[in-house]
Formats: sequence, C-alpha cells, structure tokens
Amino acid sequence: MSDPIIQMKNIEKHFGSVIALAGVSVDVFPGECHCLLGDNGAGKSTFIKTMSGVHKPTHGEIIFEGRPLDFADPRDAIAAGIATVHQHLAMIPLMSVSRNFFMGNEPLKKVAGLSFFDHDYANRVTMEEMRKMGINLRGPDQAVGTLSGGERQTVAIARAVHFGAKVLILDEPTSALGVRQTSNVLATIDKVRKQGIAVVFITHNVRHAMAVGDRFTVLNRGQTLGTAVRGDITPEELQDMMAGGQEMATLEGSLGGTV
Amino acid sequence: MAESTDTDERIKEVSPFRQALIRPELGGIVGTVAVFTLFALFAFDSGMFNSQGVLNWTIVSAQFMIIAVGACLLMISGEFDLSVGSMIGFAGMMIAVFGVVLAWPMWIAIIITFVICCALGALNGFIVVRTGLPSFIVTLAFLFILRGFTIYIPQTIERKTIIGGIRDAAEGDWLAPVFGGKIGQPLFQWLGDMGIIGVFERGTRAGQPVVDGIPMLIVWALVLIIFGHVLLTRTRFGNWIFASGGDAEAARNSGVPVNKVKILMFTFTAFCATVFAVCQVMEFGSAGADRGLLKEFEAIIAVVIGGALLTGGYGSVIGAALGALIFGVVQQGLFFAGVESSLFRVFLGVILLFAVILNTYIRRIITGER
Repeated sequence: MSDPIIQMKNIEKHFGSVIALAGVSVDVFPGECHCLLGDNGAGKSTFIKTMSGVHKPTHGEIIFEGRPLDFADPRDAIAAGIATVHQHLAMIPLMSVSRNFFMGNEPLKKVAGLSFFDHDYANRVTMEEMRKMGINLRGPDQAVGTLSGGERQTVAIARAVHFGAKVLILDEPTSALGVRQTSNVLATIDKVRKQGIAVVFITHNVRHAMAVGDRFTVLNRGQTLGTAVRGDITPEELQDMMAGGQEMATLEGSLGGTV
Repeated sequence: MAESTDTDERIKEVSPFRQALIRPELGGIVGTVAVFTLFALFAFDSGMFNSQGVLNWTIVSAQFMIIAVGACLLMISGEFDLSVGSMIGFAGMMIAVFGVVLAWPMWIAIIITFVICCALGALNGFIVVRTGLPSFIVTLAFLFILRGFTIYIPQTIERKTIIGGIRDAAEGDWLAPVFGGKIGQPLFQWLGDMGIIGVFERGTRAGQPVVDGIPMLIVWALVLIIFGHVLLTRTRFGNWIFASGGDAEAARNSGVPVNKVKILMFTFTAFCATVFAVCQVMEFGSAGADRGLLKEFEAIIAVVIGGALLTGGYGSVIGAALGALIFGVVQQGLFFAGVESSLFRVFLGVILLFAVILNTYIRRIITGER
C-alpha cells in the first residue's frame, strides 16, 4: 500500500483538567475504510474534531499528504480535502436535492455580466452523482424532506465526494437508521472507498464496522487499544476491547455475542 | 447489501395534482382566479373594470406588493419584521422633515431617508442575529420606537402631526418623479383618443383620458417583484436565503453566511418600506404620523396567502405578489360592489386562516412528515 494520506501522531487533547485524548495515533490510507470504534465518551468525537480542524491538538502532530498540518479552522480542513459528514446533517428538508447538494458551493453562470445560479448544471450533476451512489431520484427538484435517513446520508456523502474530499469522516452515519437504510449507507461507503478516498468510519456498532472496515482502531478512555487489520480480529474481540474487557463478559450469553 | 432497484415499490405514484400543490404559488393563483371571477360576476357593472377602476385596485395592490416583496424574502430567510408599518410612517416623516422643515433639496431628503431607514433595518437584523432573540420581539420593539419618534418629531418642531407642502418642495426635483411621477402618458392619450379608455367629457381637461399614465408606484412594485423573484430563484444568494430560513445551523455548516443574509434581508425589507413611504408622500403631498398603521400585518398576510411558510425556508415572491393582488382587489372590490367595508376584515381573517392551514398541509407533503 502507498503512503498514508493522513497520519495522526500521538494526539493529546486536554479540556481544562479533563484529558479527552491521551496520545492517540491513527493513520489512514487512500482507498481504505478505517473504522474508529469506541463506546460513548471514549473520545471518538474529540478525535475526529481534531482531525477536521474544529479542535487544535494540545500535543502531537497531524501529517496530511506528507506535510505537517496546522488547521486554523474547519474551512482549512475542508479546503485541504478533509470532509466531515455529521450526525446532524447539513441538509435542509424543505429544499430540493440539487439546491442542497450545491448549498454553499453554488455553480454560477454569467448572463449579461451578472452571476446566476446555474440550475441546469446543478440538476445534471446532482442526478449523475446520485445515480453513481445507486439512488434514483424522482427528479433533482425532489425535496430532501421526502428522502429516507439513509438516502440523506448518501446525498451528504456524495456531496462531500463531489467537492473533492480526499478524506471522508463519517460520524456515526448508521446510528439512527433502520436495517435496510444502514445497508444502503454501508454500500455507499464501499463505493466511495473504491474511488480511492480514505474513509474514516466512526461507529459503536461492531457489526456495521465489520461489514465494510479494512482496519479497526478501538478507542477507550482517550487511548487507542491498537489497530487491527480485517481478518485478524473477531467481532467478539472488538466488542470486548470497546467495553474495556469488563462487564460484557457477564452479558455475553444473553446478548448472543455482539451488541 | 443493498440492491439497486430502479424504483422504490413503496413510493406511490404522485398525482399531478399533488405535484402542483407543492408549488408555493398555487394558493395565490387559485385565489386570484377565484377573486376575479367573483367580482366579474357580481360587480362588473360597478365600474371596477373600467380604466379608473382598474387603476384604483392596481394602485392599492401595488402598495401591498411593494412591502410584501420585502416581507416575503425576509420570511423565507426565517425572520419577521413587525416594524414595517412604523418604518413607513417614519420614512415619510423624515422626507417631510428634511425636505420641507429643513427645506433641503428633495433628492437629498430622499437619499438621506433611504440611508437612515436601511441602516435601521440593518440594525434590526444585527440585533436579531447577535442576540439570537426572536425577530418577533426585536421588531416589535422597533414598531413602538419608530412610531413614537414619528409622532414626537413633528410635534416638537412643528406642533402638528401632519406635515404638508411636500409636493411644492418636490417641484422640479429630478429624483422625486421617480417615486411620484407617472409614465406612459402618450400611450394613454392615444388609448383615450381611440375610445378604448374613458376620457373627460367636459371641463378644462375635456378630451384627456381619465387615466393619464401609470403611477411610478406600480412600476416600483413590478421592478421589486421581478428583482425579488430572480434573486430568490436564479441566484446563489437566493439559495442562501432558502438555506438560512430552512435550517440556519445546517446552512452554516455548509459555509453559507447566514448572519449576513439575514441582516441584508432586514435591510431590504426596510428599503421596500421606504419606497412605499416615498411614493405615498409624493402622492399625498404630506407626511402623517399615523401612516402605515398595520401595514406590517398586511404584508405578512399577503406573503402567507402567497404560500410562504411562517417558519421560513419556503415561499415565492410571485406568490406574495399574487397575495397582495388578492388583497387589493378584494379591498377595493367590496367597495365597488357596495358591500360594507368592515366585512373586509372578516374576509382577511378567514383567508389568512385558510392560507395557513393549507401551507401547513403542503409543508407536510414536502417534508414527508405526518
């Protein structure tokens, strides 16, 4: 495999007296799906916020495409090609898919010296990109509100990819979805990965991670418990690591292995 | 994994009727047709549809349209302005104070009034954006503040609440006709000569058409509607207006300068109110402290009849203009039809209720909520 596109080295993040991250190292390669697992409060959110430029690390460095990076704010990260698809999607239900797709990045055309929103281009691109992701819209003017949760995630992912994301951070994209929608989103992740984009998939669901992940890093109480390659680790082991090897044992029987 | 089917079997075929229903202008179009049909049937002989009658309700509608365009864009961007009516009174009074009391050239008075009022609009927006308070409260405060000044200023300096003499002061000014003038006189003279529209039969103006031109008020209304519609539907900024009103947080996450959009929309609303006020004082020749009373609500009602959602993020300038047209036609039409004018308010209340219920239903269709 080639060089990692982004390396997070020994990242520490302190909030006052709270140590949210105590030396976390993760590297992500282009075209891989790197799953970041951890229970609530493990530091997943802090970690990806550091990666996407929202937080500055207290210690440690970020190396992006071979160069040390120091993001001043999230816009720098987006401009560099690190896109985050949040749990709370940047989608507006009342607006059409194509208006949402290009929100903040509207294509312009000049007519008589004035700039106008190029609806033809926006509609065409939106339909194309959505078709690539396996979603057939009724039309580009269909409101986002009529899409299912999974389809909305897919629109958000397609948008990030279209606008040149090299690293795509997905913050618990499947946590609020039903079974079918989840499988749709996982299929989308697979498509994105095959385009050579590095995907960082945050989840606390081991089965979702196992379905698409190439490598798995488990966070627990602000520390990494190591990175495992697909095939070297069983879901049960991952589950145990996430829970810190505690209480889960007693529940094992009744839960039937995984949660 | 997910199979990629061409269509989702759970999505029912959407009927063309429901498709049409989600266009924001639909209510406005249906209402306009209904209103015209009604008055054509019951008040056709009353003079409502001769040249004077048409001009009469067109002017009233145009007045509503001017403030409705501003209120519409502001509502789509997710805010309200309850100070529109007070702003109209205040702007008119400023024209009178600068142009008549201080006797400055009228064009300077007009420009300064526009600057002051737009700045006040921006201040409204700035306070709303900065404090995060509902615009309802902030602009309600400005409703009283501006109305108070509009009464206080002329009383203190002139000891009266109406300042006249604006027409004389505007005589020969180059900017005043842009608001108080008329266009198309030769066309109307020709129409009068051809006998298509009515002419004066006797008196000093015998032979001249009764309607001798289109007031600039109507031109302003059309210009603002076209500007607002193009801005909203055909530009990047229009997309930002929808986004700011639809979900401000999501819009910010996508890089839309939400605060800037909202402040600019407040400024534009104040601009529209000032256009209204200047046209009005040029027509009346005086500024009164009670001008523009309740106009803010009429503007909002016109916008809601036009299909905009009170919660923002959805609406249409064309719809708002049609709402204003319905408004003007009914208000004047009831007069022509000889119906007691107080019933107009009953009509207003009823149609407002209907419009809001319809809009809520439409919103559910669009967003798929239940």
